Amino acid sequence: MTNSDVPRERPLSPHLQVYSPMLTMMMSIVHRITGSALYFGTFLVVWWLIAAASGPAYFDLVNGFFSSWFGRLILFGYTWAAINHMLGGIKHLFWDTGRGFELETVERNARLTLGGSIVLTILLWVIAYGVK
Amino acid sequence: MSLRTPLSKVRGLGSAKDGTEHWWHQRVTAVANIPLVLIFAFVLINSVGKPHAEVAALLGSPLVVIALLMMIGSITWHMRLGMQVIIEDYISSEGRKIAALMANTFFCAAMAVAGGFAILKLGFAS
Repeated sequence: MTNSDVPRERPLSPHLQVYSPMLTMMMSIVHRITGSALYFGTFLVVWWLIAAASGPAYFDLVNGFFSSWFGRLILFGYTWAAINHMLGGIKHLFWDTGRGFELETVERNARLTLGGSIVLTILLWVIAYGVK
Repeated sequence: MSLRTPLSKVRGLGSAKDGTEHWWHQRVTAVANIPLVLIFAFVLINSVGKPHAEVAALLGSPLVVIALLMMIGSITWHMRLGMQVIIEDYISSEGRKIAALMANTFFCAAMAVAGGFAILKLGFAS
């Protein structure tokens, strides 16, 4: 006879709360969060494209929103999310080849992803303002 | 009693109901996204502060239309796959999971069609 149908408190395997935060783990979580942000942010991209396709009046309205400090803040965060997710994704593609799993490499790539995303985001915005 | 062999039942149909396609499509679209999103970023930077006519002309030029269409297709497919994994990870109730997966597909399809339509309209207008 088995007790498999008797309900009881089963032990759970340890989860996030038993670990102290590490950079590699935070970058993994951030990769998922930026992915989600980009998911909903697609709405902004499509909104802007529809505005451009709708004509000058509506385009100016939408551009006005994106030019406001709030709009710029969203776009800045969106740019960073996109670059961070892209660099993290390139890291994943590198892992897919079976390389880069040594502890020091993993740690270095996590730092490169974070640092690179901040530097590239600022660089992109400097270029954008330079063009303007 | 099924006449199918055990091998034919499991071939490519594990608990996820498909084989490596999900993982593979995520990778293919990820690789495609890199150049396509960079092109879009370049177009965006060149549109900053420009009047509508100039932006519409840039967005409507054939090469930009082709690149942006591919970008919309690739990113919406990629984000549908990604959100599917998040839903499957965090929503355990079967009913709510199916509803969320459906909503995911609807949102991504809506973004793909809306974005694609806008790009085509710009392309055919100029």
